[in-house]
Amino acid sequence: MKHSVLLGAITVAGFTAGAAAADTLGDVQERGTLNCGVTTGLVGFAAPDANGEWEGFDVGVCRAVAAAVLGDASAVNFVTTTGQTRFTALASGEIDMLARNTTWTFSRDTDLAFEFVGINYYDGQGFMIPRELGVSSAKDLDGATVCIQTGTTTELNLADFFRTNNISYEPVPIETNAEAQQQYLAGACDVYTTDASGLAATRASFESPDEHMLLPEIISKEPLGPLVRHGDHEWGDIVRWTLNALIAAEELGVSSANIADLGAAAGENPEVNRLLGTEGELGSYMGLDADWAARAIAAGGNYGELFEKNIGENTPIGLARGLNAQWTDGGLLYSPPFR
Amino acid sequence: MSTLSEPPKASFRLSQLIYDTRYRSLTIQVIASILIALGLAWLINNTIVNLDNLGKDIKFDFLGSQAGYDINQRLIEYDSQDTHARAAIVGILNTLLVAFLGCIAATIIGVTAGVLRLSKNWLISKLMTVYVEGFRNVPLLLWILLIFALMTEGMPQPRDFRGDEPAATMSLGDNVAVTNRGIYIPRIGFNNSIGAEAAEPVSDGEDTPPPGSSGVDWLLVLGVLFASFFGQRYVKQRADGIQEDTGLRPTTWYLRLGILIIPTAIVMFVLGAQVVSPYLKGFNFTEGVHLRNSLIALWFALSLYTGAFIAEIVRSGIMAVSKGQSEAAFALGMRPNWTMNLVILPQALRVIIPPLISQYLNLTKNSSLALAVGYMDVRSTLGGITINQTGRELEGMLLLGLFYLVLSLLISGVMNIYNNSVKLQER
Repeated sequence: MKHSVLLGAITVAGFTAGAAAADTLGDVQERGTLNCGVTTGLVGFAAPDANGEWEGFDVGVCRAVAAAVLGDASAVNFVTTTGQTRFTALASGEIDMLARNTTWTFSRDTDLAFEFVGINYYDGQGFMIPRELGVSSAKDLDGATVCIQTGTTTELNLADFFRTNNISYEPVPIETNAEAQQQYLAGACDVYTTDASGLAATRASFESPDEHMLLPEIISKEPLGPLVRHGDHEWGDIVRWTLNALIAAEELGVSSANIADLGAAAGENPEVNRLLGTEGELGSYMGLDADWAARAIAAGGNYGELFEKNIGENTPIGLARGLNAQWTDGGLLYSPPFR
Repeated sequence: MSTLSEPPKASFRLSQLIYDTRYRSLTIQVIASILIALGLAWLINNTIVNLDNLGKDIKFDFLGSQAGYDINQRLIEYDSQDTHARAAIVGILNTLLVAFLGCIAATIIGVTAGVLRLSKNWLISKLMTVYVEGFRNVPLLLWILLIFALMTEGMPQPRDFRGDEPAATMSLGDNVAVTNRGIYIPRIGFNNSIGAEAAEPVSDGEDTPPPGSSGVDWLLVLGVLFASFFGQRYVKQRADGIQEDTGLRPTTWYLRLGILIIPTAIVMFVLGAQVVSPYLKGFNFTEGVHLRNSLIALWFALSLYTGAFIAEIVRSGIMAVSKGQSEAAFALGMRPNWTMNLVILPQALRVIIPPLISQYLNLTKNSSLALAVGYMDVRSTLGGITINQTGRELEGMLLLGLFYLVLSLLISGVMNIYNNSVKLQER
């Protein structure tokens, strides 16, 4: 089936790409829904809940963009993509944007002709292993069988890590996170490696998470962010500044709780006023109305709210903010100014 | 006798191209081929233009760049520093391996099941019916995944073999380990190996390094075995000649057996052949041959699935041989298995071979489902990881298509040669 999907996507790329590359904003508005590519299911980042509603940290970005562009956070058509199919889906115009914990790398940005609009999660590749094996460092993994999602940067990092440390391993390539989880729990592999956030999310969905641990080594930089196609800079700007609006909103203290008050009339902080469109008309520069950012923030809250609700310390996934704190709190999140 | 008038001088007019039946079909064919060529040109041009709009060009130089990923099952030397082209070759060899093993197993299963389905024994023929209909009518992917899941979920982990009272033990006198990562079977190593580099001495308490083996060793052993095979065939032919001449057949079985076994045994002894059993070390079993779950699942599923089709082909071939043939054979006093082997099957083969070729092609192409269980065939390396890491979908898929095309044409070419040798010789 993968065959036909890929070939189909190529054919689609051949026939429709010329048309789709031009005016994504117009296409989305005409269609009335945003086609957003997400994972096939990674709890906390993108997974359907008990009612079949998609929720998660990456899903929050999709919803924010839909709210900014279409005024309706639910007007999103979530398209599931695997590590193998995601880039073809985006390049062919099947999806308008990809928010699928995708690592920003040089070759993806340049050779694959995509535009990463920012970073919504600073991550690194880690290892998960059952506690009973008694391994405390990734350097003790000589001879281990490692489950790995194929078609990802983690595959290359893994090869580099084991080669530089001069130890051997047996890779077991796997398509989706769900399959990897099943293989790992069955003991068909000793170790599961992917982004540390993904490991934490996967571990949280286990029956007994305490029997598994993450090894201390983080072997790579994995800046994860949403991306769009090269060539439509207006659309890229919209996605980029929607993400920035979520980040700036947290820094400026704008949350889903107080946005109704702050957005009603111009307040004392000019930056907040410009962000929420009560002063100036930044939205019109991108072909949107003045309330675009207010709607994006109201959709799921600011960056901090999205983080706490989906993957924060009070959720089963329990990720600390760490590098993903605001720059004012010692993290790396830093939105350019809204002016 | 000049009543016959001269035929009118043929003068060609353009309207004849349409109205003259002699030329009409030619006209239509020429116009149709021009239209098809134009259509193809438009398709290709459209693809190139649109890829160009996307900022993509068609280049194959990615094959020379570093692959960067590892492959678990390698029939040739490969590591992550090698090129994408070499990774593709590793994948191609894995595809050939599973296709070769699959074709052999499917033929054995198929011929057996096909013959047994015609058996007069009610239970056996019904069992074979259940097998054929069950496998033929369920998608192949489900069988692959089912066998893979049975292996992964049902078998013990390597760490279950550990400890004083392990939850699982090795079978066949501690020689074979069936785990959920695959089956480890013993391998043959050579103490006086010719080509293998000396293995590193094992530090923890073991004095002798495990015996190595190299391609040269195996070439030697198999070469001698091959030669012995021809040697014993010569003895048989000679015995046949004597039987034809004198009616007495000399007893040759011990001679033939000796020729077959003794030279190979001597070579193995000189090379210091030794069975090396797998043993648990670290996370996994080491030494021995590791038949991975993915290979086993793919091989079994492909063989059983295609075997069901082959069984039907064999059955139809046998039923195509007229009943008079077997009656005549029985009348001559031949036993049923002789009748089958000497009378029925040789005639049935003529009906069986052509559809059998397309089953082999099916099996080979179906092996591209390997990715579902993470078997690293050419679809998974060149058509999967390489495409993904380099973003060269079109080029990768074209190469992949070309590979399967060439492979299929080769298989049908070889099988056609065989078919020509068994088909009815018309004189």
